[in-house]
Amino acid sequence: MSTTYEAKDFKSGQMVRWCPGCGDFSILAAVQKAFAETGRKREDFVVVSGIGCSSRFPYYMNTYGFHGIHGRAALLATGVKIANPKLSVWQITGDGDALAIGGNHFIHEVRRNIDVNVLLFNNEIYGLTKGQYSPTSKFGQKTKTSPYGTLEKPFNVGSLTIGAGGTFFARTIDVNVKENVEIFKFADKFKGTSIIEILQNCVIFNDGAHNKITNKDEREENQLWVEHGKPMIFGKNKDKGLIFENGELKIVKIGENGITEKDILVHDMTQKNPFIHLALANLNLPDFPMVFGIIRAVEASCFDDLLYQQIEEVKSKSKFKCMDDVFNSGSTWTVE
Amino acid sequence: MSSKKIIDLDNVVVKIAGDSGDGIQLTGTQLTNTTALMGEEVATFPDYPAEIRAPQGTVGGVSGFQLHFGKNVYTPGDKCDVLIALNPAAIMANINNIKWGSTIIADSDTFSEANFEKAGFTPELFEQIKQNNNLIEAPISSMTKAALQDTGLDIKTIMKMKNMFALGIVYKLFGFPLKYTEEFLEKKFKNKPELAEANKKVLQGGASYASAIQAIPSFRVSNDTRLKGKYKSISGNIATAWGLLAAAEKANLPFYLGSYPITPATEILMEIAERRDLGAKCLQAEDEIGGIVTAIGAAFAGNFAATSTSGPGLALKSEALGLAVMTELPLVVVDVQRGGPSTGLPTKTEQADLMQALFGRNGESPVPVIAASTPSNCFHYAYQASKIAIEHMTPVLLLTDSYLANGTEPWKIVSVKDLDEIKPKFAKEDVECYQPYARDENFVRMWAIPGTPGLEHRIGGLEKMDITGTVSYVPANHERMTMLRDSKVKKIADFIPLQIVEGFEDADTLIIGWGSSYGHIESAIEELAQNGLKLAHAHIHYINPFPKNLGEILEKYKRIIVCEMNMGQLANYLRMTFPQYKYEQINKIQGLPFTVNEIVEKIQKMMEE
Repeated sequence: MSTTYEAKDFKSGQMVRWCPGCGDFSILAAVQKAFAETGRKREDFVVVSGIGCSSRFPYYMNTYGFHGIHGRAALLATGVKIANPKLSVWQITGDGDALAIGGNHFIHEVRRNIDVNVLLFNNEIYGLTKGQYSPTSKFGQKTKTSPYGTLEKPFNVGSLTIGAGGTFFARTIDVNVKENVEIFKFADKFKGTSIIEILQNCVIFNDGAHNKITNKDEREENQLWVEHGKPMIFGKNKDKGLIFENGELKIVKIGENGITEKDILVHDMTQKNPFIHLALANLNLPDFPMVFGIIRAVEASCFDDLLYQQIEEVKSKSKFKCMDDVFNSGSTWTVE
Repeated sequence: MSSKKIIDLDNVVVKIAGDSGDGIQLTGTQLTNTTALMGEEVATFPDYPAEIRAPQGTVGGVSGFQLHFGKNVYTPGDKCDVLIALNPAAIMANINNIKWGSTIIADSDTFSEANFEKAGFTPELFEQIKQNNNLIEAPISSMTKAALQDTGLDIKTIMKMKNMFALGIVYKLFGFPLKYTEEFLEKKFKNKPELAEANKKVLQGGASYASAIQAIPSFRVSNDTRLKGKYKSISGNIATAWGLLAAAEKANLPFYLGSYPITPATEILMEIAERRDLGAKCLQAEDEIGGIVTAIGAAFAGNFAATSTSGPGLALKSEALGLAVMTELPLVVVDVQRGGPSTGLPTKTEQADLMQALFGRNGESPVPVIAASTPSNCFHYAYQASKIAIEHMTPVLLLTDSYLANGTEPWKIVSVKDLDEIKPKFAKEDVECYQPYARDENFVRMWAIPGTPGLEHRIGGLEKMDITGTVSYVPANHERMTMLRDSKVKKIADFIPLQIVEGFEDADTLIIGWGSSYGHIESAIEELAQNGLKLAHAHIHYINPFPKNLGEILEKYKRIIVCEMNMGQLANYLRMTFPQYKYEQINKIQGLPFTVNEIVEKIQKMMEE
């Protein structure tokens, strides 16, 4: 069987049932394109999910797929990967699925650093249940279950990931297909739990939630796309940048007060110390742009590798070769 | 009591009890191994508090280990013939658990007013015990100290070895050799030879003391009824773990266990973690749900997967169990039952999860339910549960309980090559178009493993279209799929053994039991037979589906008595399934197994009515 694919080879026959204009369509297209470009065989992909609008995703992929139960996508991904580490495992989840009902599994998945790729569709709302606030809804947001405004501070996915010891965090936007294909391909190669937060627009229940960041007029001022080895520059005129001063990140203008491009902080996604990555993940409007791209990608041992290494190690040292050996070990006696 | 009495008995029940920090369970395990190695039939019952270190010297803090050996041993025994008590609280805790005229060997160094008070022991009660039993006041603490006075060990370390002194007494009492425990001590303290020596010295001290004071009766227990073969002492939890592992080996499938520690099921997870040396994979998940859902993921990816838990954990797993029903993947869920509801009695036994196992899920969600009945047959039923799960593509619930899990008995060692074949139903690679919900004649769908080219497919918790497996909300299809899932489980009745009836088949009355009460019911029936009452006994291991002949069996008897450690869950399930018969009940809900005597008395009373 040929291993050269096109995006259409990853489309399943099932009709896609998202609302017209839903941000999920662009993400689906980017995933199909990225899968085709990884060079992996189609049968080696497994796409799992929990519950929510985004979790219908596996049905639309012509790969092995498992649509799970609410909050447990991380567990299906973990089970599949432990069972067969050769598979490329993709976990599709949302802000409710991963951070509310599945919050415990999320932090433990990250802590274990199991080699799976997590696409966390963040639309800051419960869509499938028709518009209740989620753990990423903005403080004070009015929704069907917070008619007078929420009283809860939202999670920042990046700081949660890094706080749990995460080795990979990227943030992107649903409609940025070109960037997303590259991020997904990178995550596929990266060993460890790749958390990719995708700001996704729910056209029905939270339309425009990310508008301040994504609208055409302001996006260059409000988005900072980081690239490994490059200075962190943004703005319409590419004249703003980040520096590190007095223990925090600051915005400076190139050309003012003697600042040149050389003074701007250069992004190092491989830095083990999470300090700067955490600071980048936490930047937000209105004082700062939001940071996008691969913020953190630090090589570290992953659970599935360690497990199989340990199995090989103890197997080679063990006097047991099969269960019969175990049965006959220790104290036994014979009745003649 | 100056002359040495030799009492010949068919069997003996002995119990060692002390503070929960006294090393009672270790002592019990040693006694079990030696007894088994002497070729005796043996059954044990550890009984310990839920707290790791309950207040010292109180009844609540007493840890005990009961062992029954000799001929026709089906249970760890009701009341003990010999009690070794390391403090007054240990006598107090077992006051209803000793036979009239039993031998009590107690550490007299602990007989202080304060300790009697802590134990709630009145002088009158103590007098009564002394009069009715053969109480031997043995200065166990001071003799342990004396045995080790030249070793330079500190007093705390020395006092930890009291249990070995008690064990030495027991060995001498029954004429058992010390060598197996001595070997164990040498191995355990390989890197601390001084401790190995000290422990051995105390053990020998106990034995010497026992022979020096000839007041102790010697029991001679004879036994010659056992089947030929090689044996090993096994607990229900280890037997369960081995049954699962043996099934994976037989089916030639990698094994995965996802679990979360919970009393009294944890030893299953521990044993499988140990078996990483055979390639077994396990994950101590972040919670109970994590245990089962990772197992479902592993099953989807082609491993034979299982999860082990107790009642509260099963409650947490129920939504995921429904997912396994819907996706029709092989999975074994082991529920080692304990007293409930809620946290209930974590270290005590009960059979009250049957309804949860049968029905504790949303929607129409049929799951085969199998129950083991002795510590050693946990192996067989774990193996059969695995075989059914793999060959019928279904989750299977295996019920054991705390009493089976912790109890030990001899297990006739098997070889994997002699076990029933297990044949996974893999989808063929060369099929033109794999249909995930196409079924064979037994309503079983085929298992397509990720990584296999051409079999890419999607499954999930949403209702699926018959055959194709696409998401479907078609009303008639949901009904059809519900029926198919039900038929698949019912069809398993064609593959399980017929129900057997023990006892006297021509009796008028049938006693029905399930789970760990097997031995008590068998013993009660034997005892009643000696009084001229003939009873039949059907012990049900396959509860869903029931064996095909169960209805015919029920038809034969005038009276049916269901005996179980709950309020009547099997009785109610039988009423539902075979409503034409009348079911009488014997129940006990005290966190403790039945005693043979309780069953005998209740049946006698029922027969008079």
